Parts: sequence; C-alpha cells; structure tokens
Amino acid sequence: MKFQFESIADFIAMNGHGPYVWASYAITFAVLIFLLISPLLQKKAFVKQQIKQQKLAQANNTASEATE
Amino acid sequence: MAWQWFHRLGSPRWFYEKTTPWLPWLATLSIALIVTAAVWGLAFAPADFKQGNSYRIIYIHVPAAFLALAGYYIMAISGAVGLIWKMKLPFMVMKAAAPIGALLTFVSLVTGSIWGKPTWGTWWEWDARITSMLILFFLYLGMIALQQAFTQRDTADKASAVLALVGMVNIPIIYKSVDWWNTLHQPATIKFTSKSSIDPSMLYPLLMMVIGFYLFYALILLLNTRVEILRRENRTQWVNDLISTTNKRA
Amino acid sequence: MRDSTPAVSLFGGFVASFRRDLLIAARHKAELTNPLVFFLIAVTLIPLGVSPEKTVLALLAPGIVWVMALLATLLSLDGLFRSDYDDGSLEQMLISPQSLYFTVMAKVLVHWLVSGLPVTLQAPLLALMLSLPVDGYLPLLASLALGTASMSLIGAVGAALTVSLRKGGLLLSLIVMPLYIPVLIFGASAVQTAVQGGAIGMQLAVLGAFLALAIVLAPIAALGALRISTNG
Repeated sequence: MKFQFESIADFIAMNGHGPYVWASYAITFAVLIFLLISPLLQKKAFVKQQIKQQKLAQANNTASEATE
Repeated sequence: MAWQWFHRLGSPRWFYEKTTPWLPWLATLSIALIVTAAVWGLAFAPADFKQGNSYRIIYIHVPAAFLALAGYYIMAISGAVGLIWKMKLPFMVMKAAAPIGALLTFVSLVTGSIWGKPTWGTWWEWDARITSMLILFFLYLGMIALQQAFTQRDTADKASAVLALVGMVNIPIIYKSVDWWNTLHQPATIKFTSKSSIDPSMLYPLLMMVIGFYLFYALILLLNTRVEILRRENRTQWVNDLISTTNKRA
Repeated sequence: MRDSTPAVSLFGGFVASFRRDLLIAARHKAELTNPLVFFLIAVTLIPLGVSPEKTVLALLAPGIVWVMALLATLLSLDGLFRSDYDDGSLEQMLISPQSLYFTVMAKVLVHWLVSGLPVTLQAPLLALMLSLPVDGYLPLLASLALGTASMSLIGAVGAALTVSLRKGGLLLSLIVMPLYIPVLIFGASAVQTAVQGGAIGMQLAVLGAFLALAIVLAPIAALGALRISTNG
C-alpha cells in the first residue's frame, strides 16, 4: 500500500477537494465524539443528583430520629 | 437454556451488570477500526478515476447511512419485543436508539450533500438516496417527538413502539416509491456507489469502516441504554448501592 | 378463549357504528366545509405566491392539487377520535363485545366520506383554476379517490396515537406526513403521466395495492394505538 499523495500539503489539499473531504470527516467525527461523550456526561450528572438526594434522605432520617 | 437467557434479559439489573465488562473491549475495537479505516481511506486508497479525491467521503457517508437504516430496525424490533413480551428493557433500548439514529441520519445527509457539491455542482440534489435518507430523518424525528409528548412513561413506550413498527413496515415502501419517483425525473442518475464495480483496494477500507461503525453503534447504544436503566431504576437498592460505591471510589 | 357469542353480528356492529358516526357528522355540518375551504384557499396561494402564468401553473398543477388535498385530509384527522375520547365513549367502545376492527373501519369510512371524498370531488374545480390540461381530470379523480381513502386509513393510526395528547394536532401531522409520501408519489405521477399522454394503469394499480394494504393493516394498528392511548 502506498501513500497516495506527494506531500502532506498535497494530502490536505486533496487536489482541490480538500475542504469538502475534511469538512465531512470533521462533522462526522464531531458527531461520533458527541455520541460517545453524551451518555458518559449524563451518567455523571445522574450520579451527582442521586448523591444529593441520598444525602437529603439521610438528613431527613436523622432529623426525624432526633425528634422521636 | 436459551429461554433462561431471554427471560434474564427482562431484568435491567442483570443486563447492566452483564454488559459492564463489554464496554472497554467494544470501545477499543470500534475506535481502532474506525481510525485505521479512516486513515486508510483518506491516505492509502487510490483516488477515483472520475471523482478524484472527493469520493473519499464514501468512507464515512456509507457507514453512517447503513447504521441509520439498521438503527431504525433495531429500534422497531426492540419496540416489538417490548410490546409482545411486556418487558421493560427493550423499551429502554428503543428509547436510546432514536436520537442515535437521528444523528447518524443527519451525518449521512450532510456528508451526502457535501459530496454532491464537487460531484454535481450543487449542495442539494433530490436523488433517490438522499431523499430516502431525508424521509428516514423525518421518521426518527417523529419518534423522538412522540416519546417526549406523553407524561406517562408506560404510554410513551408503547405508543412509540407502535409508531416504530408502522414506520418499519413503511420503510421498504417509501424507499421503493422514492426510487421509482427518481427514475421519472432523472433518467441518468450518477450513483454514489456502483457496488458491482467498486475496486477491492477501495472496498476493504470501506468494509473495515462499516464494521467499526457497527461496533461503535453497539457501544453507544449500550452506554445510552445503561443510563436509561439507571434513570428508570433509580429507586432500587442495587442502583443506590452502585452510586454509593461510585461515590466512595471518587 | 372464552366462547362468547356477541350480542350483535359483525356486520350489525359495523352498521351501527357507521350510522352513529354519520349522524354525528351530519349534526356538525359546519365542520364538513372546513377541509373544502382550506383546500380552496391553499390552492389559491400558489398563483399568488408563485406565478399566475398559465404555463407555469399547468406544469405544477398535478402536484399542487395533490399536495393540498393531502394537507386538507391531514388537517381533518385530528377530529377522528378526539370527540369520542373527550366524552369517554371511546373507552366504552373499546370494552364493547363487537368486533372492534369493524368499528374502527366504520369510523374511518365516515371520516373519508366527509373529508376525503368531498376533497376528491372538489379537486377538478381547483385543477381548472390551475390550468390543468384536459387529460388530467379523470386521472385526478381516480387517483385522489384511491389516495384519500388510503390517507384516511393511515392517518387513523396517527390520530389514535395522539388522541390523548392535548396539543396532538401538529405532532399528528409530523408523524403521518412521511407515511403519506408513497401515496403522493404515485397519485401525482398518475395525473402527471396522463397529462403527458401516457397510460396510468400501473400507478392506479399501485394506489389500489396501497389501499388494500391499508384496509388490512391500518385498523389493527389504530386499534392497538387506541388501547394504549386510553390506558395512559
């Protein structure tokens, strides 16, 4: 297999088709990265929220125990 | 033995715990394949005789289009399984699949449009493939909109499943109709991939990318389904335990 | 399966439902004219927005009339199950012992009679205003007759899915329109081909096939959707 271009500059220019090819690849990879990161961030946010709720529930429990 | 496995599938918890070790493998393999195929297609595959270097967009346009269509079937079949066997998990998969599929359809449309400019001179061409992808995009948007509209999750799940099935039945009809419509107005269509005559040196990176995309899709679908599982099961003991251990580790 | 002999025969149930819905439709005569007025105004927008030139209009006429007929049918769908849902008679209908396939068919048939059919009959008049060539009129009637019937059936599924939503109308349009596209393609093509002097047997056959498929599948899907909507 041979590198199809004369130089890296050629590679980026792609005989004039550079903007089209690179724009397409950029958009595609941006979407793929977003698809990967989105659930990871969602899980982090969920865990954060659940911890808050757990703490709140614990506080309520100790408070109600104290008043008994 | 098979039935036991199938019934276990009804338990979100079992699914969550079973799939945890799969994630690193899926991630490594899919990303490796995609990156390799991209480099191969961009730099090492020969340029096309007619289209020059712009044809290299095929390496992302075609896999995205495949997954967009396959994703709809995965979504619809999950919905059907949920309706027929009244299981929670398939509905979670179905719900996760909708935005993923919509985004992949969007990628397919955008890359197709960009590819059209150097090939045909216009940013948009109403050819059969792009038009069918556009309609598929509408079907996905309808699914997402319908799911958001209901306040009760149970109703949302079942109604969306019905819609997904109706869409699934219609997709071949829509594709065939658009194909026929296109022949009326454009007798000489330049096809993006005349599959019968694609050179092997161009085909191999494409196949590698398609496989990489499928694995990546599986990864994303799993990740999103798992988040949905956590959300829906947030009142259970096992989720609370999971959160405590995650918190302690952090 | 319990052996329950229904109190009403299959056809009897269909007729009873049909009669009831037709009577209700007749009592709301003002609503019958809405799709027709919409159709008229919408078609009028084209010469105003595009061009009143006869050659331009004649070129666009088959597609324009078909698209506007599609939209008119679409807009009338929201009311298909809604009034029955609102007053609770839909739930009663779902637990009745009659064969519900025929009950739903009866409702859709009445809907077509008061929206799709009048739109079909009105179409030649509007085609005249758009300078449709003479050869197109009969194909217009034939294709719209078959097409609006299919669209009523397919639309019924969407109406059933969104009947429990307060602002279901726009969502209904979004989910149903992609499903209408094959009907539109072959219907408009029938008129277009006839205008250009060709034979349209194939297009009409395909439209007939769509209708047959819709008659078999749509009421079942609509029924499932109605059960889901009323249990929510």
